[in-house]
Amino acid sequence: MSGSSVSADGGAAAIRFTGVHKWYGSFHVLRNITLVVEPGERIVVCGPSGSGKSTLIRCVNRLEKHQRGSIVVDGVELTDDIKRIDEVRREVGMVFQNFNLFPHLTILENCTLAPIWVRKMPKHVAEELATRLLTRVKILDQAHKYPSQLSGGQQQRAAIARALCMTPKIMLFDEPTSSLDPEMVKEVLDTMTALAQEGMTMIVVTHEMGFARQVADRIVFMDMGEIVEVNAPLPFFDHPQHERTKLFLSQILH
Amino acid sequence: MSLDSLTYVREAPEPAEAPPMLSRGGLAWVHTNLFSSIGSSLVTIGCVALVAYMLPQLVVWATTHAIWSASDGAACRQYQDGACWAFVIAKWDYLRFGSYPVAERWRVDVVEAVGALLIVWLLWTNAPRRAWGALLLFVVYPILALILLRGSSLFGLPIVDTLLWGGIFVSLLTAVVGIVFSLPLGVLLALGRRSPLPVVRMASVLFIEFVRGVPFITILFMANNLLPVFLPEAWAPDRLLRPLAGIVLFSAAYMAEEVRGGLQSLGKGQYEAAKALGLNYPRMMALIILPQALTLVIPGIVNNFVGLFMDTTLISVVGVTDFLEAMNNAIKDPVWAGPTIMVTGYVFAGIFYFCFCYGMTRYSAHVERILAKGRK
Repeated sequence: MSGSSVSADGGAAAIRFTGVHKWYGSFHVLRNITLVVEPGERIVVCGPSGSGKSTLIRCVNRLEKHQRGSIVVDGVELTDDIKRIDEVRREVGMVFQNFNLFPHLTILENCTLAPIWVRKMPKHVAEELATRLLTRVKILDQAHKYPSQLSGGQQQRAAIARALCMTPKIMLFDEPTSSLDPEMVKEVLDTMTALAQEGMTMIVVTHEMGFARQVADRIVFMDMGEIVEVNAPLPFFDHPQHERTKLFLSQILH
Repeated sequence: MSLDSLTYVREAPEPAEAPPMLSRGGLAWVHTNLFSSIGSSLVTIGCVALVAYMLPQLVVWATTHAIWSASDGAACRQYQDGACWAFVIAKWDYLRFGSYPVAERWRVDVVEAVGALLIVWLLWTNAPRRAWGALLLFVVYPILALILLRGSSLFGLPIVDTLLWGGIFVSLLTAVVGIVFSLPLGVLLALGRRSPLPVVRMASVLFIEFVRGVPFITILFMANNLLPVFLPEAWAPDRLLRPLAGIVLFSAAYMAEEVRGGLQSLGKGQYEAAKALGLNYPRMMALIILPQALTLVIPGIVNNFVGLFMDTTLISVVGVTDFLEAMNNAIKDPVWAGPTIMVTGYVFAGIFYFCFCYGMTRYSAHVERILAKGRK
């Protein structure tokens, strides 16, 4: 891992934000974001609500559009060109706070839909792949049920499997445990930890500081649309540098 | 648990018991729904009495007192306390085919039979190979129907001008054409209305708002009189095609608003999940958004279909003989003229329209139940 967040060395970065700005109307939600994510790196983004963390990762697959600066994902720069956007989206998986499974399809169909229609995979190959990934997230027995028949934790694991079925190079997690009942948080975090151990490039927006400490290579702390501090977990939690980081940590770690 | 202690630990589980007798079974249902209070009991008794008074008279009028066979109106004029079904039976061929030449009516029979078969194949939700059924119904069948109904010198079938078409088959034809074309057109208009492209959006809004702001009869007159003016002579659409185009455009505008309601009730998350998986716009719409949006608005869509079926009776104002117009003509026949003829004719027409519309609503309820299995 090549050190500081502002380094601009080599072309092999998984994601490279350079001077990214974004506004919602006149509200300046991302301010001069510069960050390089190396392949295989696990980044946890944290910060108070409204700090722009979700917006940041949603810019990676162009669910949100940045207005200034550049974002290069796996060597492809994001512009209005729909072909490039689709190219990036094929390689970047995303897991949402509210799962966003497709309620009219079974779990298996949720998983095979994109491989079949986007990757042009034959149906039986896609189903084998989905079966393998559903086994990995431990919900193969739910494959033929509809999302509404599953618990929140199972739905979120299904959503992870669905994203993995596209064999993405990068996975984005947007507060994946925030809408789960407390007893289901662990099963989802365990799944994510296992994924991290296999070397997936991950950016995780979360409030789960235990997960951050255990899994992250680096923690990015954001506040008011800007990156305030970036550090490895141990120094980040034990010796925060910036006043706002200290304040934030004192509020969430009781 | 005892109330005199402040702490408590359960020692044995509380068993699950059956509910008390009064809260279940037929008797309990009657009690809570029909006779829960004095007012409700009076309403129940009143309604039952009314039905008991009216229903037997209606049944007797339609069956035992009715005239079932006669060669002209003499018998019906003599016995006036029953329906004159003999009239409907005698006029049945005219009611079905209008002035379609007698020797060629087998062609209509074939088209109707094949159409009914294909529609049942498609509507039967567990039928095998429904994709083939759809292909046959939407591609092969219209060509077959056109050749058979209109005639073709290539196949040695005499041409039958649409001026001669009439009766039930024209009503059904209008309804089927309206239903088959207005839904896809409505979906396109709804998508157009939500398009990010301003020109497409404006055009869709203009069309929808214009059509919804004008009575159907006006649309029919415009389709009938304006289309031939705008189009070159050789392209001038057929006399029956004009009201068909009118009914499709009219119904599509209402369909579009129904579909838009469904599209708006879907959360942003479904779009985002589809995009994040790399689905492009057409696939996102066809695979994720429309299946959900259309399922949500099935009752509204079927409501529009029922309305469309009723509105087919209005095409007679531009000179097309639909079923109701054929009935009007039949009633005027002096051979059958009599006091019971008109009532009989319109009761029969009412039953005809009711059967089709009720069938549609029942079927839609069935489909809703099937589609609801995934969500709660």
